[in-house]
Amino acid sequence: MGNEERPSAPPMVSIRDVSKSYRRGSRPVPVLEDISFDIAEGEFLALMGPSGSGKSTLLNLIAGIDTVDSGTILVGGLDISALEEAELARWRATHVGFIFQFYNLIPVLTAYENIELPLYLTSLSRKERQEHVEMALRVVNLSDRSDHYPRQLSGGEQQRVAIARAVITDPVVLVADEPTGDLDRHSAEEILNLMERLNEESGKTIIMVTHDPRAAERAGIILHLEKGTLTNDALSSPL
Amino acid sequence: MMLFRLLFRNAFRNRLRSGLTILGVAVAILAFGLLRTLIGAWYAGVEASSATRLVTRNAISLIFPLPFSYKEKIRQVSGVQTVSWGNWFGGIYIDEKNFFANFAVDPETYLGLYPEYTLSPEEKAAFFRDRKGFVAGRKLAEKYRWRPGDTVTLKGTIFPGNWDFVLRGIYRGRDESVDETQFIFQWDYLNETLKKAAPGRADQVGFYMVGVNRPEVAGEVAAAIDRMFRNSMAETLTETEKAFQLGFIAMTGAIVVAIQIVSFVVIIIILAVVANTMAMTTRERFGEYAVLKTLGFRARHLAALILGESLVITLSGCALGIALTYPAAALIKTKLGTYFPIFNISANTLYLDLAAALLVGVAAALIPLQRAMGIRIAEGLRRIA
Repeated sequence: MGNEERPSAPPMVSIRDVSKSYRRGSRPVPVLEDISFDIAEGEFLALMGPSGSGKSTLLNLIAGIDTVDSGTILVGGLDISALEEAELARWRATHVGFIFQFYNLIPVLTAYENIELPLYLTSLSRKERQEHVEMALRVVNLSDRSDHYPRQLSGGEQQRVAIARAVITDPVVLVADEPTGDLDRHSAEEILNLMERLNEESGKTIIMVTHDPRAAERAGIILHLEKGTLTNDALSSPL
Repeated sequence: MMLFRLLFRNAFRNRLRSGLTILGVAVAILAFGLLRTLIGAWYAGVEASSATRLVTRNAISLIFPLPFSYKEKIRQVSGVQTVSWGNWFGGIYIDEKNFFANFAVDPETYLGLYPEYTLSPEEKAAFFRDRKGFVAGRKLAEKYRWRPGDTVTLKGTIFPGNWDFVLRGIYRGRDESVDETQFIFQWDYLNETLKKAAPGRADQVGFYMVGVNRPEVAGEVAAAIDRMFRNSMAETLTETEKAFQLGFIAMTGAIVVAIQIVSFVVIIIILAVVANTMAMTTRERFGEYAVLKTLGFRARHLAALILGESLVITLSGCALGIALTYPAAALIKTKLGTYFPIFNISANTLYLDLAAALLVGVAAALIPLQRAMGIRIAEGLRRIA
């Protein structure tokens, strides 16, 4: 993962001296302090650490849904920390796929429509959108549930829909925040298998925040965060 | 397209809340529409007035009469084409609650000045022939189920006694703006009766209706008539029919203003209701808006969703309100037709209904819209967790 390990491979994500704090009243509360590391293209990385260690904040910064206080984040060579709000929104629409703990599907849209949603921000025709959605439904094995609403699907199925929505625009990076946190063991296995397939077969770079060691085992690299800093044993390999 | 689908589905997501809000908007639009129609009814006489008709009355007050002898003098004024005359009779039919306007007029000249009252030649001839004959508007005749040949008795208030009349014709309005609730009978019948019963009150008229050649000469003719009777025992005040009608309305101006204020207060109240609905709705969906932003949707997309949802609710309520206004107006027309003979929902009222609904829809969405657009994604996502 680090530059030292793979000097010839350009990193997909490069994080340099990133700090972030939130304000509690008038008092700044540091969340991340001087974080630096790289993630190579096609890697599956797990971010672990106790609650409040800054995992989700780091994930949000990499995904461009929050901004750094200092430091830089390069994704695919682009410094996203320098982008304006509107540019960042455009970038997110095509470069990042999101998988959330609570699926975050739109309840009034069917599985098909939820998956199709990000494609409305692209210039694809209706027919092309349909082809993409049908393919994504096949990938997550939910073709027969396309017209079901989220409330008619199980947790595992909803998360599969969310994964289909995340990959529909063919993003370079997939970010997942506790993707198995709300699922039973069987469904969690299915989701992790699916993510593994996406990583291995489609070469997607995946960054996953998790508390679950079993989920982290699926990742090629595990990073440990504690109190906003990478610990000395931050880099570990489950293998 | 997807945004439209989403906003329509969002609008009816909480059916009870949306339904009640739509009902609230519908009731507000109904009330607003009826109040505006009521104001329109107030001005109906003004709208129906002709620019070529003048009204000459006693300069002191309408309740004081003018000598019948003025008729010939007025006729000689340059620009005058027709002179008609009449009296407010103020008769009561059976009971005081059966109010309708009743006038003693000179039939031929009066109907000549009011071509908008349409009668068949046979009805006109029968009316002109019969000294005790009267003509009633269609709505009035329908209300009391009078048929030609029926005898109707009015109890005089200004001119005491029981007065019998025979229905000789039922007039219809040339268009919707014409009052079809009037009762007109021969002035000669009144005058000849007065000659016998109260000679001191005979040969006097309450007003003259003066027809002029062209609207442009109306001012000049009015001035000439009033000049002619200046310093006489009964000075005159001549004005256009429109000014005369407006003078009547001015007497009840405070009521009209009050109705106008109430009509706008209704809109303000419903604005608060819709704004509350939109605030609750938006607060509940902060997480979803954050998800949409995460996916790359921009503030303008969220604005379209929220504004669109607000407009769907208010315009649905507006459509329902307008649909309810018609039967409500018809009911009012039936029950209060004699007080408001013209109670028609005008196109202007419908435009105002629509404008009010649009205004409420936009205004109610403003604060929720500002909040949703300003939401930080991370904060919105935390609300879901």
